[in-house]
Amino acid sequence: MSVIQELATNKLPEGQAPKRGRRRTAAESRDNRAAAIFLSPWILGLFGITLGPMAMSLYLAFTDYNLMRAPEWVGFDNFARMMSDDRLHNSLVVTFTYVLVGVPLQLALALAIAMVLDRGMRGLAFYRSVFYLPSLLGSSVAIAILWKQIFGSTGLVNQLLEIIGIQGIGWISDPRTALGSIILLHVWTFGAPMIIFLAGLRQIPAMYYEAASIDGAGKISQFFRITLPLLSPIIFFNLVLQIIQAFQSFTQAFIVSGGRGGPSDSTMFFTLYLYQTGFGRFDMGYAAAMAWLLLVIIGAFTAINFLASKYWVFYDD
Amino acid sequence: MTDSTLARDTPPPASAAPSRVPPAEDPPPAAEEHRSDAKRVVRSILKHVALIVVGGIMIYPLLWMVASSLRPNDIIFREPGVLLETLETSNYSDGWNALSNPFGVYLFNSAVVVLGCIIGNLVACSMAAYAFARLDFRFKKTAFALMLLTIMLPFHVVIVPQYIMFSQIGWVNTFWPLIVPKLLATDAFFIFLMVQFIRGIPTDMDEAARIDGAGHARIFGQIILPMMVPALATTTIFTFIWTWNDFFSALIYLTDPDMFTVPVALRAFVDATGESSWGSLFAMSIVSLLPVFIAFLVGQKFLVKGIATTGIK
Repeated sequence: MSVIQELATNKLPEGQAPKRGRRRTAAESRDNRAAAIFLSPWILGLFGITLGPMAMSLYLAFTDYNLMRAPEWVGFDNFARMMSDDRLHNSLVVTFTYVLVGVPLQLALALAIAMVLDRGMRGLAFYRSVFYLPSLLGSSVAIAILWKQIFGSTGLVNQLLEIIGIQGIGWISDPRTALGSIILLHVWTFGAPMIIFLAGLRQIPAMYYEAASIDGAGKISQFFRITLPLLSPIIFFNLVLQIIQAFQSFTQAFIVSGGRGGPSDSTMFFTLYLYQTGFGRFDMGYAAAMAWLLLVIIGAFTAINFLASKYWVFYDD
Repeated sequence: MTDSTLARDTPPPASAAPSRVPPAEDPPPAAEEHRSDAKRVVRSILKHVALIVVGGIMIYPLLWMVASSLRPNDIIFREPGVLLETLETSNYSDGWNALSNPFGVYLFNSAVVVLGCIIGNLVACSMAAYAFARLDFRFKKTAFALMLLTIMLPFHVVIVPQYIMFSQIGWVNTFWPLIVPKLLATDAFFIFLMVQFIRGIPTDMDEAARIDGAGHARIFGQIILPMMVPALATTTIFTFIWTWNDFFSALIYLTDPDMFTVPVALRAFVDATGESSWGSLFAMSIVSLLPVFIAFLVGQKFLVKGIATTGIK
């Protein structure tokens, strides 16, 4: 059903798997020709836009390159530089905090709301729309601008706090709270995973709950013994996807901090630092090395997720 | 879009939720005690209250932004309410003309990019999806796995060489770097979505057409494409919203103000005015969000289906 499951099993539709060790029939060679045509844009893109540049960026990671002169091979210098680059370490801390705090909060809220919405209730479509809308808008510059105002020193949040007599701080100009404000923006976009949870909850047969209530199981034990195990593949799927996406967040931090990652680098996301390195200072070699580090980190997180999933993800069939 | 999207708190007709499993609790057993009925009503009211509170908190900032865009600047700093006493439309005219070009230029640029990307994704992804779903060919398993992996690849790992490549062709400050990747089916998400959809179409009609002598081009064009319109619609709407919001690529490739798309124009606007003119900033932000909002209203059915089946955001 999902990309993740597909990738885990890499199954092909029944009866259509390529046959090996048999003489190729006319139909098969016609299929090969047709596939070459149908796939030609994709193949061009795969090599020209994706794999080629990936290899190129791996090469650049071992060079010093500023677009002006030819790339100069420097071996592992860029990686050695990373080890002693405090701003880079800080940007990793910022990004990890964002991912490890923002994603669980977002998913917990998504699941909670999906659970409340699941029974055939009145106004379901309306609620779903209200909760889903922010996740479509959340990555836009416009919403980042709104956030910058809301959490500014004279912003909406402080205006509301004033009503109850609290003098608020400048949330995005204070290094202690700036990242938190951006994390809230991430949590605000819980609608997309919520929709996935809703779809997953509908797959759980109602009779499980009926049987459990006849046996005297309360709502809480039903949640832990029925809902969570049966929903675990969906939770896993959401977790993997949201982590991958959260690591790549850029726009919000860029706009809220005016492209600088401030105050005191407290919103200097890894991607923002990468952008400044590559496209602000045109230090392309180092930026390429950073991009590969990001790829390795995301890959490692995904791999850990997959390994850990053996212990908590429950496949019904 | 007929039902279920309108923002009204009326109970949806029974048909509004066709894919639901019949709810277990709904038909109350005749002999049930009244007390449990009352309990259910209370619980249901609590649920609605909770949902309205959470939903209200989520939507309030948006409403407030709309209200503030219709207020003079000095009031924005001290009016947390959303009710308007006067209507100040000057923010919109000021914002529209605040940058070196009227805002319409940026809307137009964005529209051009969006159109190009939609066409690219529709054509290139549907072709690739047909091959993956209906053809037997060598290296299919490998190609399919590669395609799935590219979905999860962080964009940053290719952006530096892509930039170098496109700048050497002389494509900086053109829309090509934003559109060409879509023409080459690099949005593999949509390939996957379409593959899923095509797998669900029975092969009987392909077979019949093949017996009648139709080649793959005709089967694709005359049978599969017309049947996969829902998947194409989902692709169109998602491409629209993502491309419209796309900031990173535009930031890198478009540095000439005449070529700005809406997100980079907004960013330039923030940089130019600082925090002195929230009113016009909000006004243009709303102008920029309006197309996304309309796409959401029109295409909600496809969006929800698309997310639920493939898990795109």
